[in-house]
Amino acid sequence: MTAWFTTHSWADIGSLFAHFLMLSFLAIGGAITTTPEMSRYLVTERGWLTPPEFTASIAIAQAAPGPNVLFVAVLGWNVAGVMGATAAMAGILIPSTALSLWATRWGQARKETRGVRAFTAGLAPITIGLLIATGWVLSGPAAGHIGAMALVLGTVVMMIRTKLSPMWAVAVGAVVGALGFA
Amino acid sequence: MSEASADSTPAQALAAPQSLGDLFWTFTRMSMQGFGGVLAIAQRELVERKQWMTREQFVETLSVSQVLPGPNVVNLSLMIGDRHFGLRGAFSALAGMLLIPLLVVLAITALYAQFATHPMVSGALRGMGSVSAGLVIATAFKLAVTLRRGPMGVPLSVLFGAVTFVAVGLLRWPLVWVLLALGPIGIALAWHRIRP
Repeated sequence: MTAWFTTHSWADIGSLFAHFLMLSFLAIGGAITTTPEMSRYLVTERGWLTPPEFTASIAIAQAAPGPNVLFVAVLGWNVAGVMGATAAMAGILIPSTALSLWATRWGQARKETRGVRAFTAGLAPITIGLLIATGWVLSGPAAGHIGAMALVLGTVVMMIRTKLSPMWAVAVGAVVGALGFA
Repeated sequence: MSEASADSTPAQALAAPQSLGDLFWTFTRMSMQGFGGVLAIAQRELVERKQWMTREQFVETLSVSQVLPGPNVVNLSLMIGDRHFGLRGAFSALAGMLLIPLLVVLAITALYAQFATHPMVSGALRGMGSVSAGLVIATAFKLAVTLRRGPMGVPLSVLFGAVTFVAVGLLRWPLVWVLLALGPIGIALAWHRIRP
């Protein structure tokens, strides 16, 4: 499936980079929202990955520590090793990073203005609604399984009531899951 | 300081990152605990443990991070790093968020094929997924208390939050359209409620 450095020509690497550059501008809500287009390009158009390889890449990055955007690096790695991972990650990050830096400087300079305050205050309930929606969607696979739902609720209680590190919850979840109880 | 209280650290009592290294290592530690996503850990580390931000500031920064393209925690790290140490701070925070986790993920990918089919591995991943969901829900609850004091007020906040939840979580409408529909209305309402 992969060689260490690259199995593809520089034209291919360049195309990979350019495509992810474009996707970066569209990735409102995170890179995960552009995965249908990534799949169309990598699997259907280029044939660089099979569908199982594509979904496995996303699942690995989600299970692993760190931001889920790292799935882009896994995709790139599976296409073309180190160069593929570098091209894909650089592509997906450069435009959104530049935009964020510009936006934060613009906003920070004006943060006491009514406009900026209205912007953040108006969005705040929506942001929280989105978080709840995310938690809901992530709980989906747990529905109907007592052990899994207990893990979800137990984690919520633990995080709100105690100062224990989330790593304890993760460890319990891993053990309980591995033993087949969730 | 109670975990669930509406009062978080007063702004004048906030700490700040001491150096680029402090940014890098704090974001690395945060990211490495982020199984299934970093956001819940980010809130805990930045607001509760390091006290670099109040909960209100966290929600504000997160709101901007989410409407901009790109991963929200990446945008968050850039903004926080930039605020304290400019461009080098932004990239130190970003490097912390991504560098070591990237190496770990690629190492896991290389080993993946051998372990993927083991039932204990897939069971453990499922269990960790449930915990992830719980972490996000807990974070939502902790941040929701900040809405009590905002210009939107509780009834409007509940309304907008609920509509967003239904649209995105239940109906699964694309996020961009939900933001485009609800965002301007929320902002306009907040505008009117903030004294000029």
